[in-house]
Amino acid sequence: MLAVSACGATADKEESGSGSGSSKPATGLRLMVPNTPGSGYDLTARTVSQVMQDTKVASGVQVFNLPGASGTVGLQRLVNEKGNGKMAMQMGLGVVGASYTQKSKATLTDSTPLAKLIEEAGAIVVPKDSPYKSMDDLVTAWKKNPKKFAVGGGSSPGGPDHLLPMQLAKAVGIKPTDVNYVSYDGGGELLPAILGNKIAFGASGFGEFLDQVEAGQVRVLAVSSEKPIEALKDVPTLKGEGIDLVFTNWRGIVAPPGITDEQKQTWVDALTKMHDSDAWKAQLEKNGWVDAFATGDEFGAYMTEQDKAVADLLAELGLA
Amino acid sequence: MDNLNNLMQGFVDVMDPMNLLLALIGVLVGTAVGVLPGIGPAMTVALLLPITYGMEPVQAFIMFAGIFYGGMYGGSTTSILLNTPGESSSVVTAIEGNKMAKAGRAAQALATAAIGSFVAGTIGTLLLVLVTPFVVDLAVSLGAPDYFALMLLAFIAVTSVLGSSRIRGFVSLLLGLTIGLVGIDSVSGQQRLTLGIPQLADGIDVVVVAVGIFAVGEALWVAAHLRRRPAEVIPVGRPWMGRSDWKRSWMPWLRGTAYGFPFGALPAGGAEIPTFLSYATEKRLTKHPEEFGKGAIEGVAGPEAANNASAAGTLVPMLAIGLPTNATAAVMLAAFQSYGIQPGPLLFEREASLVWVLIASLFIGNLLLLLLNLPLAPAWAKLLQIPRPYLYAGILFFASMGAYAVGAQPLDLFLLLTLGLLGFAMRRFGLPVLPLIVGVILGPRAELQGRRSLQLSGGELSGLLGGPVSYTVYTAVALVLVWPLIRRFVLSPLRARNAAA
Repeated sequence: MLAVSACGATADKEESGSGSGSSKPATGLRLMVPNTPGSGYDLTARTVSQVMQDTKVASGVQVFNLPGASGTVGLQRLVNEKGNGKMAMQMGLGVVGASYTQKSKATLTDSTPLAKLIEEAGAIVVPKDSPYKSMDDLVTAWKKNPKKFAVGGGSSPGGPDHLLPMQLAKAVGIKPTDVNYVSYDGGGELLPAILGNKIAFGASGFGEFLDQVEAGQVRVLAVSSEKPIEALKDVPTLKGEGIDLVFTNWRGIVAPPGITDEQKQTWVDALTKMHDSDAWKAQLEKNGWVDAFATGDEFGAYMTEQDKAVADLLAELGLA
Repeated sequence: MDNLNNLMQGFVDVMDPMNLLLALIGVLVGTAVGVLPGIGPAMTVALLLPITYGMEPVQAFIMFAGIFYGGMYGGSTTSILLNTPGESSSVVTAIEGNKMAKAGRAAQALATAAIGSFVAGTIGTLLLVLVTPFVVDLAVSLGAPDYFALMLLAFIAVTSVLGSSRIRGFVSLLLGLTIGLVGIDSVSGQQRLTLGIPQLADGIDVVVVAVGIFAVGEALWVAAHLRRRPAEVIPVGRPWMGRSDWKRSWMPWLRGTAYGFPFGALPAGGAEIPTFLSYATEKRLTKHPEEFGKGAIEGVAGPEAANNASAAGTLVPMLAIGLPTNATAAVMLAAFQSYGIQPGPLLFEREASLVWVLIASLFIGNLLLLLLNLPLAPAWAKLLQIPRPYLYAGILFFASMGAYAVGAQPLDLFLLLTLGLLGFAMRRFGLPVLPLIVGVILGPRAELQGRRSLQLSGGELSGLLGGPVSYTVYTAVALVLVWPLIRRFVLSPLRARNAAA
């Protein structure tokens, strides 16, 4: 334990060395979580830190929370840390949307993409006694009177649960501006609204509802992934239902702008080693996360594409 | 009575010297961290969670229960002693509690808070065992219109806290509602009164508002008058609760529990509204109305019980349907998941023994907290004997630390000082502070639920009316409004006539 903290204290001097000597664990790394303890980002970041430690990829990765404005306060801090190769930020699709809805000065295109870690497909969920038995039923009813058709989601405008129904509306030919989106404070508040039959359908990550599906309290009409999901074998994809839409929420890690290639490589190596470990695989299974590992430029290209799609949609809604 | 048998088995699993030691450590550490202002139970649990990594689930749970209750009680301690509430649910405790402390009754305030928390926690946990299945159905059936009705009831009930001058009370309430408006409107996504500062987009944290108005405002006030007036020495009171304290506390404990538990069990209930309702109720029912605002023990006993009962209530939706309804529950949920336990509709079937261990742990954590803190209350109270310049320097230090701890934002310190100046001005002009806090907490929630009701009904005004639950609540609102009129125009004339006859 003493040795570890001693390494941390001299980390700055060793910076140039730690990139090449890849067998040595990386030290003094910090991971920022741009929202509160207990959130999905928080859980992911703390798991990453734990696995890195357990597998000796890095020692003492410190996780800290800097919540605010749906993650954009943290994003601003990240951009201000220009050139700091020891810090990175846990983020995901929600931060992409927030950077537009919050009119943040700092944008994700400023950051250095490190790795995409996991993804989760969205689900279209209805109460168990809902009249809609299939996506067809639902879309037909929705089209009739979109403004009176309450659609619930667990995120504020610009977040993943808001983007999914908006993209769905667009795909089936409903004007996104006509969608009556009711925002709930996270999946925890959304679930009772579905159970209590308050909304026509809810849109959120499928993982939130697995137990309720098993207990027969809610029904999932479709999932938004490319292929059907193992945990929900009988549920079709949106594509399978004839709707041309694939939508996944994802989480990844980005670094501040202006870091050296060496520093970037240290992070990517550490994350890659962490991803290849059995401990990480066990965590994926335990938390029901779907592996979607992609690093560096591949992740960068993906993020640019997502950034544009989100920006276009939000501009259409007058939110960006 | 299967549940009770299961619970007994849970106790058997927990009763082990090592486990009890862990629970004791949990209570100690939880209280120690919870005492720091600005660090509420959620953050206490999150910070201390890593301690439990690597333990067996049973051991982790029992330590967890200790940390949970310790963190909650620690928050009340600073509310009472230093006027710096650690979280929004102990704001009401500060109002009478700190006045009691100033009058030399800190030990009694701390004791009534500790015993009230114990009573409420125990009854709450017992209710958790007995009523979970029924409560969940009701909780889920409530929608936005019902919550809106409850918010209205809370607003009407707390008009009794507006103070003797209605005008000043309303000014204070409006200030609070304005502060509550700051931030992103969750329906349209537009920013309101944020002046383009991203840190303001989530609104101003209630803890920063309360600590600024209460603690900093008071410190400035004392500093401004320190030289002109002889220092009032805070008298040393009796160390224990007297007979009359017990007599005045036990009903508020029970009433507070009755408010707190159901609100905690509601997905959008929370701990703040029951503490307000409890305070308003005690103020109306008390036999010593003259003491309210000057340190009435009922005003500590009731809200503290409500706060703790609500925490127990929170576990109902979390264990039964996997719904974390507040930050503390969300952190606990994450902790359960790290043991591969998925709270939800199937939890009691899949992991029954662990659930009963957890519930037994909650009972034991609660008991240990009482045993630990009751003897400590007189010791804590001695803190106030520190000479005032040092005491207030310390309060300012802890207040700043607390405000900074909430979000690690330098801006919060600036806000704290600005709000402190506002608090100073309010004291200067005799504005009561409680309506402002009510506005900050209830305003945004009432707005959210009201607008959500309208969204759900597609803009029809009838959407605000809701169903049977909201009708019942509106009837209560009508009764509260009409009762003074009945008393004045029907009962008093009757009595006068009887007296004349």
